Amino acid sequence: MSNSAPVKISASDVKVFYGDNQALHGISMDVYQHEVISFIGPSGCGKSTFLRCMNRMNDTIDQCRVTGSILLDGRDIHEPALDVVQLRAQVGMVFQKPNPFPKSIYENIAYGPKLHGLAERKADLDDIVESSLRRAGLWNEVKDRLDQPGTGLSGGQQQRLCIARSIAVSPEVILMDEPCSALDPIATSIIEELIDELKQNFTIVIVTHNMQQAARVSDRTAFFHLGNLIEIGNTNDVFTNPQQKRTEDYITGRYG
Amino acid sequence: MSNLSLIVVLLVLLALGYQLGMARSRKVATVNSDLRMHSRPHHYGMMVGLWAVLPAFFILILWLWLSPAIINSMMLSQLPATVLALSADELRVVSQRISNLANNFGVVADAAQWELDAAEHLRILKANSAMVLTSLMAVIAAVGMLLSLLKITPRLKARHQVERVVKALLILCSTVAILTTIGIVLSMVGETLKFFSYIPPSEFFFGTTWNPRFSTVGIGEQGSFGLVPLLAGTALIAGIAMLVAIPLGLMVAIYLAEYAPVKLRNTAKPLIEVLAGIPTIVYGFFALVTVGPFLRDLGAAIGLDINATSALTAGVVMGIMIIPFISSLSDDIITQVPKSMRDGSLGLGATKSETILKVVLPAALPGIVGAVLLAASRAIGETMIVVLAAGNSPALTANPFEAVSTVTVTIVNQLTGDNDFSSPQSLVAFALGLTLFVITLLLNVIALVIVRKYREQYE
Repeated sequence: MSNSAPVKISASDVKVFYGDNQALHGISMDVYQHEVISFIGPSGCGKSTFLRCMNRMNDTIDQCRVTGSILLDGRDIHEPALDVVQLRAQVGMVFQKPNPFPKSIYENIAYGPKLHGLAERKADLDDIVESSLRRAGLWNEVKDRLDQPGTGLSGGQQQRLCIARSIAVSPEVILMDEPCSALDPIATSIIEELIDELKQNFTIVIVTHNMQQAARVSDRTAFFHLGNLIEIGNTNDVFTNPQQKRTEDYITGRYG
Repeated sequence: MSNLSLIVVLLVLLALGYQLGMARSRKVATVNSDLRMHSRPHHYGMMVGLWAVLPAFFILILWLWLSPAIINSMMLSQLPATVLALSADELRVVSQRISNLANNFGVVADAAQWELDAAEHLRILKANSAMVLTSLMAVIAAVGMLLSLLKITPRLKARHQVERVVKALLILCSTVAILTTIGIVLSMVGETLKFFSYIPPSEFFFGTTWNPRFSTVGIGEQGSFGLVPLLAGTALIAGIAMLVAIPLGLMVAIYLAEYAPVKLRNTAKPLIEVLAGIPTIVYGFFALVTVGPFLRDLGAAIGLDINATSALTAGVVMGIMIIPFISSLSDDIITQVPKSMRDGSLGLGATKSETILKVVLPAALPGIVGAVLLAASRAIGETMIVVLAAGNSPALTANPFEAVSTVTVTIVNQLTGDNDFSSPQSLVAFALGLTLFVITLLLNVIALVIVRKYREQYE
């Protein structure tokens, strides 16, 4: 990915505190439009915490404090005038464990569009549901049972349902927090192919424990360690020619 | 020896057997030092103790159960032939008199000589019985202890035996609870059937007038025993109570589970649960003295005719009483909804209240329904508030501002005061109680099924 693409998200000196505990020690990085960037690093390194800063999901955790600035399209997401509801519609999120609502497949997808008033008529809503499911590669598997509960799908299908659910509100960025860690290899490869297709239209930030996955799906890779951003660069470079000793140790399996 | 001292002796034997068993097992272990003992010393000790005590205890129970009848018949067989010719009921009175004489309780009128003789006979029989029992138990305990002591070898599975006894004990305890329920039901069924021999069930279940008269008037002038007005009163009051309790309780639960800071929640929840611990008679005072007059004055101010003691008064106060049932259970259930559900919704740009309304509550709904049904069965069975505050007027009405009566209140009325337990006026209480029991049992079963189904969803 060339660095000539416009900057989508720009973070500078982001620090996160959980009570007295500092989880992130001043992270600065840019995320470019329509790229897939992956965050890797050992457990507890702060990669998920940083991801959750980007749509202010950390707001939901008591005692969590975020400082520094994160600009989305040049606008600070912490500025008081900005509505967090709007932000989350723009920056969608897919979680580690598939978490479909205990509703029908149709209602799972229609939930977001209904909240944001994206569909005036039932037909519009039907269109959104169908196109979201198609883009998540799930339509053919579920089109005959849209009224069945989403919790009845297999793990991989549930995760694609969750991806479709976040696509349905037309976000610009999709944050994925270890989206494949609860899935088997086949379901994982389907999701990885999906990520490749989605990057035509979305900017994707993915946190992963799986370094092969980072190498397969992402354009750029950022390596976190102990709450610091150690290295960020083109995925190829990071994996074949890391600049930092710690990155090299991690990707060659010396720790983590 | 008295039965109590027998039990004390048994406990001492248990301790003794325990010590002896431990000592014996240690000795066996040193003799057979090449073999590994199957169980630990205290298992052997416990086993010996149990063998000493349990068979003897079993004999004690059996003896206490069977001996009174045997002793009584032995005593009766010695009575004069003229007395034996009496009817069964009169014989019972006679043996009661003799038993009182034997226990030195004294009897009405002077005792005849044959009665005094029989009492003396009874006393001797009882003393003999106690002696036989004591020696029998002593022999059995000694044999049990000796045999089990001799049985101790490295291969004896003492641990398994002890575990089996523990298991049996636990089963026994749970059986007591279940048998009690069955006993309650059976006793009510018996009395209810007796009631139905006076009043046909169709008249009871579908009659719309409740006017049982007094039992002193006699059976010839029977009242009407229509269940419908009572059931309607119960439903009306319980319905009002639910109307008060469901919204309040649910909102309390939502606030506690979703909004309240942890500290506040930890303080507020027990405080709210105190509501459930207040004796219901106190709620009754509160309804009678405070809420009733308040509602009456309020009604007068807006031009409504509200009785101070009415279905509304009782319902409102009862609703307050059952708030904690709904709020506490619902709070637990709402907290159980996984955080990932909330994250998913918030991550799509839903606000907190949208998330609660559209995701959390639907996910928790089965559990909440269960909580509501449990509260409802509590409301239906509630008595004291209604006795004091509902006005006790068993008329069929749908007007909540009027006095009504409920099934529970009527049971109280029918069973207090002078009673002849063979009149339909008293027996109807059992029919009412059974009806109430069946209704609340059904509600509880439905609630439990729903709650269980909900649990399966997330575990």
